[in-house]
Amino acid sequence: MEKYEFDSLVLSVSLPAQLCVREHSCWLHVKKEVREKGLLLDKDDVIPLKEAFKWIVQGPIAKELGGVSVVTKSALEVAVEFTHQPTDADCHFLASACPDCFKPTKNKQSVFTRMAVVKALEKISDAKFLRLFACPPPQPSSCCVPQGVHCLHLSVFIAGRYNKFCRSLPQTPWVIDGERRMESSVEELIAAPVLSAFRADGFNFSSSGREDVDVRTLGNGRPFAMELLNPHRARLNHEEMKQLQQSINVSSDKIRVRDLQIVSREAMSRMKEGEEEKTKSYTALIWTRKPIKSEDIAFISDIKELTLDQKTPLRVLHRRALAVRQRVVHSMNVRFMDAHHFHLELKTQAGTYIKEFVHGDFGRTKPNLCELLKTDTDILELDVESVDVDWPPAIPE
Amino acid sequence: MDETEQKDTEDNAPSVIDRYYTRWYRADMKGKPCEDHCILQHSNRLCVVTLAETHPILHNGRTIKSINYQISDGCSRLKNKVSGKSKRGGQFLTDFAPLCRISCTDETEYTIYSCIRGRLLEVNERILETPSLLLEKVNHYFLCNYSIIMMFTFRCHQQYVPLTHICASINVNEQKFTCFNPHSHPLKATSPSSCQSLKRARA
Repeated sequence: MEKYEFDSLVLSVSLPAQLCVREHSCWLHVKKEVREKGLLLDKDDVIPLKEAFKWIVQGPIAKELGGVSVVTKSALEVAVEFTHQPTDADCHFLASACPDCFKPTKNKQSVFTRMAVVKALEKISDAKFLRLFACPPPQPSSCCVPQGVHCLHLSVFIAGRYNKFCRSLPQTPWVIDGERRMESSVEELIAAPVLSAFRADGFNFSSSGREDVDVRTLGNGRPFAMELLNPHRARLNHEEMKQLQQSINVSSDKIRVRDLQIVSREAMSRMKEGEEEKTKSYTALIWTRKPIKSEDIAFISDIKELTLDQKTPLRVLHRRALAVRQRVVHSMNVRFMDAHHFHLELKTQAGTYIKEFVHGDFGRTKPNLCELLKTDTDILELDVESVDVDWPPAIPE
Repeated sequence: MDETEQKDTEDNAPSVIDRYYTRWYRADMKGKPCEDHCILQHSNRLCVVTLAETHPILHNGRTIKSINYQISDGCSRLKNKVSGKSKRGGQFLTDFAPLCRISCTDETEYTIYSCIRGRLLEVNERILETPSLLLEKVNHYFLCNYSIIMMFTFRCHQQYVPLTHICASINVNEQKFTCFNPHSHPLKATSPSSCQSLKRARA
């Protein structure tokens, strides 16, 4: 069955809305007959048609699929929808009988949804119903027609940490006006082997923050999570996950993945947690206009808990609101290189714009490195050294 | 370190402005000689209005007395407020909309214009407290912490307006500057060469 790997399934059957009307009619008929015999019967005592159908059908289905159990809750849902065109009009009388149950829809879909029909049947009095619809219902000359079988597997979630070693790779595909501006992306490089291993239709990628195209992610890497949509295969053991991780790492030298594992749905929210709360460490290569000596920059290593007021950087202002954000640079360390260059290590609060701290963004980030060093400064290279989130759990190699 | 080495690094390293912005020039705003404006257009289409190197404010040892963002009785650029991701509510600007008036100690006065159509996002308030920031030398390799930044205008009507209409043509042979009409090809400034031509032509 479409090459899914499963040992249980949920059978979901969708019957045409007008069947409720016929069921109601049958029920009223049964109620009348039973009353005449002096018995008392409740609507709940009558087995709904859908349940009866499922009971009959699930045995043979299980057998046909080779010992699979058909249950009420499972990761795989097999949905069958039935229609019966000749009787479609059966429920139309309810529109005039209970007009407030049927709201006009904006799109072209029928206003006679199952929910609306059921609601109308609950409202309409028995007497009125019997005036408008035959009881018992007339026998149709044809059967319901199945509209095909649709399978949907619950999403599977995987998480890990990624390194980015390339300075010309965006995290997500870079497409402007339908045209791809940069080849590939971290997301696609990770997703390709994963989608194939789990035979999934698609994915949603989420990570604990992002880095620019020209920034490398070193150290333990940045946590990420992926929701795999409609995976045809949902379970991989440790060994298989290790192999999958290896195949990602072998496929490209631009990225590397570690700690790859299957996780629960709450993974996606854990990602965003890290984005706001945790600290990050960076190394930047700084250029100074004025020539410097080692002693000129030593004082920077002593600066602790420096609070910055950062207006939304111009380079992202087109897609973010204009605001001032306070962010803390917890500590810094300098490594002198030559008269116009040095390495600056920083540990900062999540959400700090490093590039703008260095060049000042027209003075819109204060304080900034230009002010501190009393010279123009520029950032030539930036690396993320660590993203200090301790999730997902590390998997020993 | 000697002068030549400093010059080398200046020539080699493209600055933040060079990397992210395109410089567009509009010379002789409102027919006033030499009152040249330089628009820095970011690759994301946001623009920063600045003074070109050739602007008289930056010459003859002038000192700025005051800067006034109150354009008229009803309009102060300081009152500009935008909200939300689409930055609604900014004052609408046309080419000749005044942004501010600058008074110098030698009694000269200059008006700075928007130069492009758009909506005002933000004005530089630091120059109100420290007007001298505007005078810090404009070097095209400058990373511009404070200098010469006036303000920022935004795309008009949620459509990216191409800046083809704002450029001045520099006809060095005629020693003259003309503002082209909106339909002709603009002259795009590439690093210092165009401003140098502007300066040479002015000299």
